[in-house]
Amino acid sequence: MTTTRSAARATPTAQAGGFFARLSSTQIVYLVALLVMIAGSILVATTGRNFFSPGNISAILTGTSVLGFIAIGQTLVILVGSLDLSVSYVTSLASLIGAGVMANRSENVLSAVALALGISAVIGLANGLIVAGLKVHGFIATLGMGLIISGYLATNYKGSFGQTPFSFRLIGATGLGPVPISTLIMLGCATLVILMLHRTRIGHHIYAVGGDRDVARMSGVRVPGAVITAHVICSVLAGMAGLLLASRLGVGSPTVGSQGGYDLLSIAAVVLGGTLLAGGKGSVVGTLGGVLIFAMLDNIMSVLQINPFLKDVVRGVVIVVAVAVYARRTVITRPPRFGHGGHQQELQP
Amino acid sequence: MSTILDPAAGREVLQHNRAGRGERFLRGLRTPGGGVFILLLALLVAIIVINPSFGEPESLIRFIGRTAPIAIAAIGQYFVIVSGEFDLSMGSVVAMQVIVAGNLIGDDDSKVIPVLALMFVLGAVIGLINGLITTLLKVPSFIVTLGMMLALLGLVLFWTGGAAQGNPADSFRQIGRGGIEDVPVLGIIPYPVIILTAVAVLAFWLMRRPYGRTLMAVGDNDVAAALTGARVWWVRTRAFMLSSLAATVAGILLVGYAGVHPSVGRGYEFTAITAVVLGGVVLGGGRGWVLSAAAGAFALEALFTLLNFMGVASTWRPTVQGVIIIVAVAAAAQSWQRKRRGGSAAAQSEQQRITAAPEPTEGTDKGGN
Repeated sequence: MTTTRSAARATPTAQAGGFFARLSSTQIVYLVALLVMIAGSILVATTGRNFFSPGNISAILTGTSVLGFIAIGQTLVILVGSLDLSVSYVTSLASLIGAGVMANRSENVLSAVALALGISAVIGLANGLIVAGLKVHGFIATLGMGLIISGYLATNYKGSFGQTPFSFRLIGATGLGPVPISTLIMLGCATLVILMLHRTRIGHHIYAVGGDRDVARMSGVRVPGAVITAHVICSVLAGMAGLLLASRLGVGSPTVGSQGGYDLLSIAAVVLGGTLLAGGKGSVVGTLGGVLIFAMLDNIMSVLQINPFLKDVVRGVVIVVAVAVYARRTVITRPPRFGHGGHQQELQP
Repeated sequence: MSTILDPAAGREVLQHNRAGRGERFLRGLRTPGGGVFILLLALLVAIIVINPSFGEPESLIRFIGRTAPIAIAAIGQYFVIVSGEFDLSMGSVVAMQVIVAGNLIGDDDSKVIPVLALMFVLGAVIGLINGLITTLLKVPSFIVTLGMMLALLGLVLFWTGGAAQGNPADSFRQIGRGGIEDVPVLGIIPYPVIILTAVAVLAFWLMRRPYGRTLMAVGDNDVAAALTGARVWWVRTRAFMLSSLAATVAGILLVGYAGVHPSVGRGYEFTAITAVVLGGVVLGGGRGWVLSAAAGAFALEALFTLLNFMGVASTWRPTVQGVIIIVAVAAAAQSWQRKRRGGSAAAQSEQQRITAAPEPTEGTDKGGN
């Protein structure tokens, strides 16, 4: 019976009382973010530039906004015990619809935004219905939905399409001091989602369903409602990311989402933020920390002029190492279920 | 603890309780893992109806050869999925092996064997790293293999500068391209078909070995498997190694087909997972048959061939693929559910069938032999 499981439980619990172990996973995320910030400021200083100059802070915050929108939605979907791999295609589709309907006329902005977000919501609804109604694993349902949309995009759009008017482009270009408007909108959405998770019934249902679907159902929670809500909000936020990209680029593009790799990166940011991939535990605040870490890494590597291909290597290593730090920690600090491992010893032959 | 039965008597009772061969076969076809063979057959018939020349043995065997790499990748992915994990690094492993072969072999025939050995070692090491980080550091395999996918592909692109590079010796490319010629009826037996057959037989054998049984148990319930004494971490780590090795074999075959370019193998992980799921293997582990996973790959490729012959624009391929996997998995989910509730008539009659039970013998409650 010397499995890793019992070995992990048998580690002295005295260690668990240390400073590191008392931190919540969200606090650790921000601690890691702080470390990245310190390391970044030193590295950037060696090139003779200032990491904390308003221009650079604005660049980092701009980098958080698109991934931020998608990762907030992804947090909801992962919390409810599903996954969304279709977000990057929804982002592309929304950018095309938005730019296409606007066609460089300011009076079309409202209808374009409504249509783009409406279609995103319908896609989210379809995802939710497939996951909750047909009992298809979220991975497969949204992978399939992503493929469906990508086929539509590849068939109907050969290149960039439509044009956004100047008034709409301002959203992506202006800011309050060093803080871009797009980041403020993203933080506003995050606040709304946090309020929903902690203050409303559906928010608690999302946690309950993610923790244990069967127990939630037997406790009277309407499981499909929670799953569908999470998927719809996730797709709408992905649509907002698409509109933001359209406002920044001035056009809609069929590859803008998949090129960014937002589907897998958003999942990585969510897990980096301390949310359990299996669902039921985690927070939007942690996810924002994960997004911030990614944005700072990207910024530091751009300033240091690291080969773009090597950036992916660094990203990959950081994702695994950062998650390993607290994935191990949760195993060690889990309280032994029957006293100090006494039950484990009884089982020993 | 000793078993109550002596093995011979147990086997006899089991034999007695089993349904007839035909009935078992039909019941197997009704499961998602059996259904994929019917789907494959239907697709092949549809292709032959549209294009009768596809039914000739020669083009059929070429179809099998063309599908071999993805079928082998699906078999590798099966081991990981059935143990309850994911392997997203597969496509990057394929790209890496293709580039390694292209750059290290060059025109030198004598380097083929050592580089092949190096490629298998590399594949095994990548699988080992994936597995150890997943099992010992408790990082979700989705994240581990995602990180491995980004890191490996980044290294490959950095190494090559993103362009096609190197051209391995012709003898190496023959593994994916050539075959045994002048065979009666078939004309040619491509090497990929032989390799696929060998891999499938090995995988089938492995799943009937104690390792395969343990792997299945670990995927179904790892806590229970750990409590019965299975070394869960090592069982799962070996599954990751098998997956990376399968990706290596797929990469070797693809060098012959597609040439040396870092984009070879892009999206392979998702195609392989799609094939495995299409074969009725349940994500989350513990259920599914390894040959159904390979059949899932064939069904997917047959579907693309069918769309091709029907003149559907190739840009619609992903859409059809997406619809098919959602429908297939939804159908499978419904059928597993029915089974669990025991609502079907077949299940009812099965419950009411008179079954032989072993006679308890005296003195067996003491334990010990």
